[in-house]
Amino acid sequence: MSVGILVVSHSAAVAQGTVDIARQMAGDVQLVAAGGTDEGGIGTSFEAITAGIEQLAGADGIVVLCDLGSAYLTTDTALDFLDDDLRARVHVSDAPIVEGTVSAAVAAQTGGDVDAVLAAAASAAGAGTDAGPDDAATGLPGGAPHVTDAGAADGTHASATVELVNASGLHARPAAEFVKTAAKHDASVRVNGVDAKSLLAIMALALPKGSSVTIEASGPDARAAVDALADLVRSGFGE
Amino acid sequence: MSLDTAWAIDWVRRTAATIDEHRAELITLDREIGDGDHGENLDRGFRAVLVALDDADLETPGAVFKLVATKLISTVGGAAGPLFGTAYLKAAQAAGDATELDADTLVAVLTAARDGVVSRGKAEVGDKTMIDAWTPAVDAAAAAAAAGETPERVLAAAADAAATGAESTDALVARKGRASYLGDRAVGHRDPGAQSSAYVLRAAVDAA
Repeated sequence: MSVGILVVSHSAAVAQGTVDIARQMAGDVQLVAAGGTDEGGIGTSFEAITAGIEQLAGADGIVVLCDLGSAYLTTDTALDFLDDDLRARVHVSDAPIVEGTVSAAVAAQTGGDVDAVLAAAASAAGAGTDAGPDDAATGLPGGAPHVTDAGAADGTHASATVELVNASGLHARPAAEFVKTAAKHDASVRVNGVDAKSLLAIMALALPKGSSVTIEASGPDARAAVDALADLVRSGFGE
Repeated sequence: MSLDTAWAIDWVRRTAATIDEHRAELITLDREIGDGDHGENLDRGFRAVLVALDDADLETPGAVFKLVATKLISTVGGAAGPLFGTAYLKAAQAAGDATELDADTLVAVLTAARDGVVSRGKAEVGDKTMIDAWTPAVDAAAAAAAAGETPERVLAAAADAAATGAESTDALVARKGRASYLGDRAVGHRDPGAQSSAYVLRAAVDAA
C-alpha cells in the first residue's frame, strides 16, 4: 500500500517549500508540488494539478492537501476530468497545508494506508492548541476538540509512566508508531497531557531519550491501550 | 434573432469585450474585499477563449459553451476558473445538440449553469457570491418562460434579475470565498463575482 501526496497552493514557493519540509521527515514518500499559475503568478493551475495527480498515478492512494478556496475548487474540477479508476484513488484533505502535509507524509512513510494518512493529516489541525502548556499541565481533555472523554462515563481509566529508551526519543517515526497503536484502541489516550492520536502534538513534545512518558487512557479499551503503548515505549520502537 | 450558434458566439465575444471594459472595476471590487485578481483572471480567461474561438468549427450553442468551459478552467487560475468553467460545462450539457435554444431549453441551460456553480462552490443565496446574481436570474427566467415569453425576453428577465441580485450583495456579510475572512468589513462592497455574472448575462441579451 503506497500513498502519494500532492500539495496544491496559490504559490509555487509555498507548495515546493511544504514538500521540502515534509521530505525531510519522509524521504521515501512520493511528494509532488502544484503551486501557482502556469505563468508563475499567484493562483492555482488546473494543468499543474492534473499533471501532479498523473505523476502520482502509480500509487495505491493519492492524498491532496490544499491552501485556500480556489485550490480546492480547481482540484475538485480536475478530479471531474480524471478516469473513474484514478479519481477513486484521490482523496482531498481539508487539513492545514503545512502541518497536514508533514503529518500525512510521516504517516505514509511509516506504511500507513490512505485512511491512516488522511487521519494523520486531520489530526494536525488541533495539534497547536493541544500542545499548549496549560493543557499539558492539567491534562484536561479540553485542548483538542476531537478528543471525547468517553471513559469518564463508564469510569474506565488506566495510566502508566515509562522511560524512553531509544536513542532518538519520540521523534517522527516512533511518534507515528505511537499514534498508530493509540488509534487501534477504543479509548481517549493522552501522553504527557496531549492527545496521543495527534502526531504533531506528540512531536511537539520533543521528548529525548531518558524522558518520562506518562500515558493516561479512559474508555472501554483504556487498560489495553496503556499496556500496548507502554510496551511499545519499553521496546525502544525497534531501534 | 434566434438563440442559435451565431448568437452563442456573439455572446462570447461580447462577454470578452465587457469583461475587458470592466476589468479595472472588477479588480477594484475584488481588491476591496478579496485578493484583487478577479478582473485580471477573467480577462485572461476570455482572451484565451477568443483565440480558441477563431480556430474552432462550432456547430451548436452547446459546443460554444464547452469551448468556453475548457478554456476558462485551464487559464483563469483563480476561483472564477472552476466556478464559471463549471457553469459553462453544465450549460453545454443542458444545451445538448440543440442548434438553437427555445425558452424552456434556455431555462434548463441557466439552471444547469447555476446548479454547477452551487455544486462546485457550495454557496447559497445570501452568502455574497455569484449565486446571489445567478439564482434570481434563473428564477426570473423560469417565471418568464412559464408566462409564455420569447427566448429573448426570458434572457432579458434573467439579466435584469442578475443585475439586481448583484446590487443586493452590497449589504451582505460574506460567508464564502476570500471575503468571508473580512466579516462585517465586507458590508458596503459589491461581490465581484456577482457583478461579473451580471455582465455575462447582459452580454447574452445584447447578442440576441
